[in-house]
Amino acid sequence: MENLEQIRDRLLARFPGAEVTLINNPGPSAQHSLLLGLAQAREIALFLRDDPALRLDYCSNATGIDWPAKEFTDVVRTPVKDAAGATLRILEEKTKRVTPGFLEVVYHLYSMEKKHGPVVIRLRTGNRTDQVTVPSLTPVWRSCDFQEREIFDLYGVNFEGHHDLRRILMWDGFKDHPMRKDYVAPDDYEWEPTPHGAVLEKAKAHYPAPPPATVP
Amino acid sequence: MTDPEIASPSAFPEPSVLATHSAATVRPVHDEFHGDLLEVSMGPQHPSTHGVFRMVVTLDGEVIVKLKPVFGYLHRNHEKLGENTTYLGSMPYTDRLDYLCSMTNNWAYALAVEKLAGQPVPERAEYVRVILAEMTRLVNHMCLVGFLFNDLGTSFTPLLYAFREREKFIDLFESLSGSRMMCNFQRFGGCRANPSPEWLGAVSKLVDGFPKFLDEYEQLLTGNEILLARTQGVGCLSPELAVQAGITGPMLRASGVGYDIRKADGYGIYPRFDFRVPIGAHGDTYDRYMMRILEMRESVKILQQALRDIPAGPVMDPKSRLRNFRPKPGEAYGRIEGPKGEIGFYLISDGSPNPLRYRVRAPSFVNLTVIEDMCLGRTVADSVVILGSVDIVLGEVDR
Amino acid sequence: MLGTGIIKGLAVTAKNFVGSFYDPARLVTVEYPEKQIPIPENYRNFPFLVHEGDDPIATLRCVACKICENECPPQCIYIVAERDEKGKVLKKPKIFDIDIAVCMSCQICVEVCPFDAIKMDQHFEIAAGNRFEGLLLHREQLAKPNSYYQKIHPTEAAEVDAMLTAMKARQAAEKSAKAKPAPATQTPPPAA
Repeated sequence: MENLEQIRDRLLARFPGAEVTLINNPGPSAQHSLLLGLAQAREIALFLRDDPALRLDYCSNATGIDWPAKEFTDVVRTPVKDAAGATLRILEEKTKRVTPGFLEVVYHLYSMEKKHGPVVIRLRTGNRTDQVTVPSLTPVWRSCDFQEREIFDLYGVNFEGHHDLRRILMWDGFKDHPMRKDYVAPDDYEWEPTPHGAVLEKAKAHYPAPPPATVP
Repeated sequence: MTDPEIASPSAFPEPSVLATHSAATVRPVHDEFHGDLLEVSMGPQHPSTHGVFRMVVTLDGEVIVKLKPVFGYLHRNHEKLGENTTYLGSMPYTDRLDYLCSMTNNWAYALAVEKLAGQPVPERAEYVRVILAEMTRLVNHMCLVGFLFNDLGTSFTPLLYAFREREKFIDLFESLSGSRMMCNFQRFGGCRANPSPEWLGAVSKLVDGFPKFLDEYEQLLTGNEILLARTQGVGCLSPELAVQAGITGPMLRASGVGYDIRKADGYGIYPRFDFRVPIGAHGDTYDRYMMRILEMRESVKILQQALRDIPAGPVMDPKSRLRNFRPKPGEAYGRIEGPKGEIGFYLISDGSPNPLRYRVRAPSFVNLTVIEDMCLGRTVADSVVILGSVDIVLGEVDR
Repeated sequence: MLGTGIIKGLAVTAKNFVGSFYDPARLVTVEYPEKQIPIPENYRNFPFLVHEGDDPIATLRCVACKICENECPPQCIYIVAERDEKGKVLKKPKIFDIDIAVCMSCQICVEVCPFDAIKMDQHFEIAAGNRFEGLLLHREQLAKPNSYYQKIHPTEAAEVDAMLTAMKARQAAEKSAKAKPAPATQTPPPAA
């Protein structure tokens, strides 16, 4: 099988103006991936499936990932120098930078005909709140049917063009998306007073509180 | 069929006269007396749905015109649990996905983590893994065949015989790992315990006697006319649809697609073994049943080779660590051929002790995609058999 | 001929039915409470704490390091370390609870314990009248002697004992090696 750079170059030649970015995987597995722009994602997917050299006819795994907004602190150090050039002190300038969060859908493609793979493709939403629509790849690979419904259910990604986009694992009236990193578990769910999960509280209530740690 | 690694479909008999008669799809009748459709909810508490699975079936007379699978009753957000525990802490939870095949689930997860961390595995551990995985395949297929015939109405005899044999295998799992079903045996970089020569001898003895049981079992079932009538031509799945819908495992191969991850990926040490991949000719329920029987025979061959060749040595890589296991940032997708199909784990590490993303690609979940296509135009009684031949475990479907 | 398959199948059931009277391979069940199948040595059920001497609580191997509490996947272990009057942490547990209603017998606590203090029990007839209090085991119920461990897991216990004695011998040797040079430096060199 060609490597991902070659696939990317062929895709760019075939679809002028398409956004195809190679995402490097720094880990030892070296499973790199292609990030596709949303506009032409479905055409590219069809091409990957039907291209005689690739024939990625089998989409094994489709899954969502939540990348919440991350806050970075950039520190710029500028040395303050006197006339002779010796450093007097270093000025530290801290700027806070927030990388916006987004949701990502990852597809692992294999070829049953040629017996090669995986080719990993990714789609990214604009943000985590209102721009969460990506084109559905269920018309290309039907194996994404339930898996995209699961991503819709647990991550809240909207798949445009999915024929039956409903919740699949949670019940229909459920509100939030439980696999998101900022999901807060409800405290009004039905539960019974067992030690399950609450063993620490129970054991703490069962014994007198330990003496407070001595503060030096 | 030029590929020598693929068994010829001539192993499958042509449908009998009885079967061809029953295979004719029943057409719904449309006249003034038969106009209404009836919606029936089968499950979630229905013995033939293998757990808490529900099929919303729309019927015209007795003929299914629409079928919607509904699940999630056993949903416990396994993936979120995995993101909140350490890499090692997820290992016992993988036992509880497909609770009939904990050894293969363990292996798939260990393989994904080993890919993520670049962790080598000693030679003997690879052999032990193959032995345990093939034993699991035998156990799972025996369960499946037993339950399939329970669904057909042969109340309990085939299941009881299958369970009697299965018990011997899981007794061996118990004496090696300490638990019959929740084995929790694989670790990143090897296995937890080194099997003794006595244990390997016991496996060898059991495996050598297994074909005899299989012959007897086939004598009980394979030629049975009622079985042929109920399964041949029922729930046909075309190879094109099977590939398109991502069906894997024996169900895919019953449709005539010779794709086996043991051959395609050659993970572990599978390329060293001489075995063939059986494929079916018609893609019906009977082929799916036959596929399991033939796969069990191939598994016996693999087991005999592995037990003959297993080298001495350690089963755990000395550099692997149990605690404070922090793989470098990166991601990995590891998959193996489980008894039900492709079981894969997708992991993303950010360098912390917990995975940032832990995803289980469950075979039965994806294999259910085509349940409606297989059931359309069949009767309710057939839908039960078709579901039985898909081989689902709800612990894995709902996660 | 139509029906031969069924007749062949019936022959198999007949063989199994008759065989179940004399062939142990065809009748594998036993009458449980009266008869018991021997438990394999590796069988694991719920954890217990190993103690060395006669006083179960005073001679626990556990040093309350809380590694097992942190590693336990379902979080069923609860440990509080003992403190002396000044609040200094002592190396023994004041509270060691295992909620066996939550425990899933995964053996991870045993594998991560660096002191071989927690091991898996084989006692499985543990029905309790009260599912909240009755299934929360305290250190008094959990503490079992090393001889019990040697009885249920003989191979494993022999390895552990050999390792522990070797470690103790090494520690004693290090101690004596440390103790010896110390007076040697204090004694003034005779030539000076």
